[in-house]
This record gives sequence, structure tokens and C-alpha cells, in this order.
Amino acid sequence: MIIDILSWICLFAGGVLGIIGGIGIHRFPDFYSRLHAAGITDTLSAMLILLGLGLQAGLSLATFKLALIFIFLFFTSPTASHALANAALHSGLKPRVDMENGKAKS
Amino acid sequence: MFIAVSLAILITMGLALARALMGPTTYDRIAAVNMFGTKTVLLIAVLAFLSGRTDLLDIALVYALINFMGVVAALKLVTQGDFHSSVKDRTKKAETE
Repeated sequence: MIIDILSWICLFAGGVLGIIGGIGIHRFPDFYSRLHAAGITDTLSAMLILLGLGLQAGLSLATFKLALIFIFLFFTSPTASHALANAALHSGLKPRVDMENGKAKS
Repeated sequence: MFIAVSLAILITMGLALARALMGPTTYDRIAAVNMFGTKTVLLIAVLAFLSGRTDLLDIALVYALINFMGVVAALKLVTQGDFHSSVKDRTKKAETE
């Protein structure tokens, strides 16, 4: 019963974080801020959802597969974000800076 | 409850797809597609539990692998213009320039 409640909390938090990341990638003004929103929420929401599913499954083969997906996403999601930011920076995409000489730039 | 989680993931996928279609730069599109792929993995995992067929988790695992490869390959194609040039070629080209 307690494990059930814990897993629902994890799944719910993961879904909410996912939606927050979606809103972030949709509404932020600049590529780097969008990548920031997407990269951070992606990893945490994936972890929470997989953890919730693992708690539902109990100790079985499904949990092992979920752990494999978990480990793989844990390493590749930040790597992909880093590669994206690195490629964008090297190709000359400048981060948007709003303040110039203390005055707000549109 | 699994249905609520899968709906939340679907909403996120819709928002990411909107950014992939709007995105002013190519990198915006690649970032959105990367997010879309990660959410697809999660959606497959949740659907496996929703339908009670946990064999679907294998497909989620394979999708996670292919998604990462695809993003890195797309980045390489965008930044270098081809798939086959190595880092050594790139530094040589930079030196001659």
C-alpha cells in the first residue's frame, strides 16, 4: 500500500515535470534557455517515471529492464544536451543577452 | 492513473513537436526532437504497464539507443556537412584555413 502511494507520487511528479519542460521548450525566448529547460526536466522526469514504474513492477525482469533504460537515459540525456550546446556555440549561435549598458534591450 | 501519466507525456510531446515545427534555428529543432524521443521512450514504458505486456520494455530500450544515435548523427551532419569526416580532418581543415 505504501509502495503503491510512493509509486503514484513518483509517476505524478514525473508527469508534471514533463509538462513543465514542454512549456519551457515552447515559451522560452532563446535556444540556450530552451535547452536548459528541456535538458534539466528531461532527465529528472524520466528518472521519476521509471522509478514509479519500477515500484509498481516489484522485483522482476521488468524492473531490470527499467533499470537498464534508467542507466542509459542517465548517461545519454546530459551527453546529448552537452553535444547540442557545444555544436550550437561552435557554429556561432550567440546567447541572447537582454541587458546592455544597464538598459534593457528588446 | 497510468492513463493520466501517459496523457501528461503526450501533452509534453505535443509541445516539443510544436517547437520542432516552429524552431527558428536547426539546433532548436534537434533539441525538440531529442526531447520528443526521450518522451517516446517513457510513453512506451508506461504503455507497457498500461496494457500489462511488459515485453514492450525491450522496444523502449531499443528506442532509447536509436534516439541517442540519431541525435548525435544529425548534429554531426549539421555541423560538418557529412557523416564520414573525423576530428583529425576537421582540425586539418581549420589549420589550412
